[in-house]
Amino acid sequence: MPSRTPIRAGFLALALALLTLFGASPARAADDSVRIILAQLRDADFDGKTELIEKLVTLDHPRIATILKALSDSRLYYQEEGDRMVIGLGDGAEIAIEDAVSGATLGQVGKRDLDRITANNRLRSLIEDRLASLGLASADPRQRKAAVEAFLRNPDPASAERLRARLAVETETDIKDLLMMALALADLASDDATVRAKAATALGGRLQTEIRGPLARMAAEDGDPAAKEAARIALARTEFRMQMLGWAETLFFGLSLGSVLILAAIGLAVTFGVMGVINMAHGELMMLGAYTTWLVQQWLPVNWSLPVAVPLAFLVAALVGIAIERGIIRFLYGRPLETLLATFGVSLILQQAVRSIFSPLNRSVATPDWMSGTILLGPLEVTLNRLVIVGFCIAVFALLWLALQRTRLGLEVRAVAQNRAMARAMGVRSARVDALTFGLGSGIAGVAGVALSQLTNVGPNLGQSYIVDSFMVVVFGGVGNLWGTMVAGLSLGVANKLLEPWSGAVLAKILVLVFLILFIQKRPRGLFPQRGRAAEV
Amino acid sequence: MKKTMPKFLPWLAAGALTLVTTLAHAADTIKVGVLHSLSGTMAISETTLKDTVLMLIDEQNKKGGLLGKKLEAVVVDPASNWPLFAEKARELLQKEKVAVVFGCWTSVSRKSVLPVFEELNGILFYPVQYEGEESSKNVFYTGAAPNQQAIPAVDYLMKDLGVKRWVLAGTDYVYPRTTNKILEAYLKAKGVKDEDIMINYTPFGHSDWQSIVANIKKFGSAGKKTAVVSTINGDANVPFYKELGNQGVSAKDIPVVAFSVGEEELSGIDTKPLVGHLAAWNYFMSIKNKANDAFIKDWHAFIKNPKRVTNDPMEAHYIGFNMWVKAVEKAKTTDPDKVIDAMIGIEFPNLTGGVAKMLPNHHLTKPVFIGEIQADGQFDVVWKTKDLVPGDAWSDFLPGSKDIIADWADPKIKCGNYNTVTKTCSGQNYK
Repeated sequence: MPSRTPIRAGFLALALALLTLFGASPARAADDSVRIILAQLRDADFDGKTELIEKLVTLDHPRIATILKALSDSRLYYQEEGDRMVIGLGDGAEIAIEDAVSGATLGQVGKRDLDRITANNRLRSLIEDRLASLGLASADPRQRKAAVEAFLRNPDPASAERLRARLAVETETDIKDLLMMALALADLASDDATVRAKAATALGGRLQTEIRGPLARMAAEDGDPAAKEAARIALARTEFRMQMLGWAETLFFGLSLGSVLILAAIGLAVTFGVMGVINMAHGELMMLGAYTTWLVQQWLPVNWSLPVAVPLAFLVAALVGIAIERGIIRFLYGRPLETLLATFGVSLILQQAVRSIFSPLNRSVATPDWMSGTILLGPLEVTLNRLVIVGFCIAVFALLWLALQRTRLGLEVRAVAQNRAMARAMGVRSARVDALTFGLGSGIAGVAGVALSQLTNVGPNLGQSYIVDSFMVVVFGGVGNLWGTMVAGLSLGVANKLLEPWSGAVLAKILVLVFLILFIQKRPRGLFPQRGRAAEV
Repeated sequence: MKKTMPKFLPWLAAGALTLVTTLAHAADTIKVGVLHSLSGTMAISETTLKDTVLMLIDEQNKKGGLLGKKLEAVVVDPASNWPLFAEKARELLQKEKVAVVFGCWTSVSRKSVLPVFEELNGILFYPVQYEGEESSKNVFYTGAAPNQQAIPAVDYLMKDLGVKRWVLAGTDYVYPRTTNKILEAYLKAKGVKDEDIMINYTPFGHSDWQSIVANIKKFGSAGKKTAVVSTINGDANVPFYKELGNQGVSAKDIPVVAFSVGEEELSGIDTKPLVGHLAAWNYFMSIKNKANDAFIKDWHAFIKNPKRVTNDPMEAHYIGFNMWVKAVEKAKTTDPDKVIDAMIGIEFPNLTGGVAKMLPNHHLTKPVFIGEIQADGQFDVVWKTKDLVPGDAWSDFLPGSKDIIADWADPKIKCGNYNTVTKTCSGQNYK
């Protein structure tokens, strides 16, 4: 109904005029001027919306920030029934709404009865900037910081004075630092060449993306030679720091890829390395762990789900592993080819079972807040989920190592692995040990699945994409050696990441595989070959 | 081995029984083949399409069938295995004698069945957006050609968002490679310099995106507005978007426009960090339209799950199926040659408004939408083409295919790759 809005807007304007004429309360008048603009928002295109938002922020009304925030979050709706703008609260098909202007609650409605006022990226940036600049004097340091950051993205000479005034009274060091940077950025546009040169020098070595563009422009085209030189030196400093950070970053990427590889392979290091069973269903055990995480998230809040999911995934995968060992593998000991085929069959069965039970579609596993975003490690910005997984990998490795070295089960496992006949002669029940070892390896695969659910798809194919990598790591490290698995995983991860920027992801993978083939030709038993009788078999 | 023999007997009996019942019904039904993977990597996308065709057949039968006969679905599972696609296609056409086949998702599966359909003169409806550079007498392409998805999306980024630097990221196979070749040629024709284009390929199912996202961040920090055009396929998208979110690349800094991410793919992702990233399609579930509302309602009723989403390839099958029905009614037979001739010029309304028309090059006219991802996993349309865009089989931006057209209506041409300069048709041998 395009024709209706102008009429309505006109009517409201008239009403507003009348109200002012009869001396209505100023609050009501402010309400109505907001309503007029909101009414136009409905049929406006994105350029029109931009103008309307600019108009809105000039109005003095307590709900402006709330309304803009709602628009930015796609929660601002037009309700045909009351011919009014409302803000939706919460998710789902039925949502609670409140009046956009008065804030009065209006009960529950179905989402399909509301027309959403759409926003796009440009509008969202605009709203964010406008809201942020309102927050420069806020008591909340986070809002002040956002205000300065908004200025950085969109340096506006007119607000430089406000920043300078703020710098005089600011107490937080990091905001002060940010303010100085913002002011230096503003000074880059100064008419005075010495001010420009000083500002450029102050900005040298800063890594923010907003700084490099103007600096590079200045180094290329500034009229004043001294200022140009200053910009060039500053830029060189920035580039140097970026390069150093780039190396550190690559190293971290390598470590984190390595730790994922270790997690995926370490369970296999137990079943394949210690027991000598080629378990092609290893990947599917990881998949079960990932699905366990998803199931746990259906019942528990996301932030609490992972600590619960880890032991549960261990249990589920271990039980399935023991069932596989008791049901199939134990009849096939000493026949590696048959084991390979049988476990490959099991892996297909497990995949299709998951497809039938949970559907072939991927499941969405949410990342807890404490694992999202980045953290500063010195000057290096590191993604939290990767950092947590590196730590988790170390913990799992340490626990497994303790279990194998310091517990009775571990002792028996090692005894059976080294010499089955002798261990049995000493009274070790080798069948029970086999089942438990296989359970342990499988359980760890399940735990790895919990970690993978935070990085990749949780779907029936999850296991397939990791099974080759896992075998690669175990074989490279030397079958039967936990430390070998660790070193192999880390070195493959780092090598992959060092190659990737230079050769591209596809070629990097191929190069690593070629290297591995050559390496295995030279040293068939891997990095750390196991010595002793078992190795001879 | 002997011991296990009796186990197979019940299966054999069941098989024989099915055969008998099929034979009994064969006379009064028209068979419709469904060639979508129900297991393996592609099952995630293709199972939904199988269900869509079953729903459409069900609805047609409720309306009284076709030419006075009931439609009967013949579903086979090519298991995401490309050679198996060709075998199953042969089985559908030769053994089951189906009148039409709805199927395939990946370009490589389409390429693998193409010779079979041409040899046995079958009809295939292919519902997915693809790289173009093909037009077969026996295939109807109901998904988008590059000029109906990739080119408009790049136009939008260039004009509305002022993007100056481009990352073309894709999975390493035929669709992304060809699309990126077309896009690169197009961008260069628009005056974009070599150093402002970064092309990156990753293997299928790539899961460690750390360095690539860090590279994109670096590439985007040169002071010019940067965007990523993503032809990353299937499963690899989830870790890619997760990494973007984690490294703090928001849509406001570096928007990603994807050609293979739809509602179905988003239903497997935690979408909160993705709000504002873009996708280009010819259909979005969120578009309000009576036909679309009805389609969504029917889908929910058929699949018995009100949470399931609809997506672009589903609409393509919806249009394709209904066009086939109209063509059969027009030709009054299911004979392939007559139906293929009747198909051209058939019109059917889109779910999102406007009318799709089957063109002489076996492609459709389609509207193009750009949508932004919302927190609820749906897209909000932020831009759309004014008119419907006719699908172009042979791209105008590749040197080899510039002069080539496809026209199956003009009796003088009747060819899928007619060279307008040399005035020759190189038969069915595509480059």
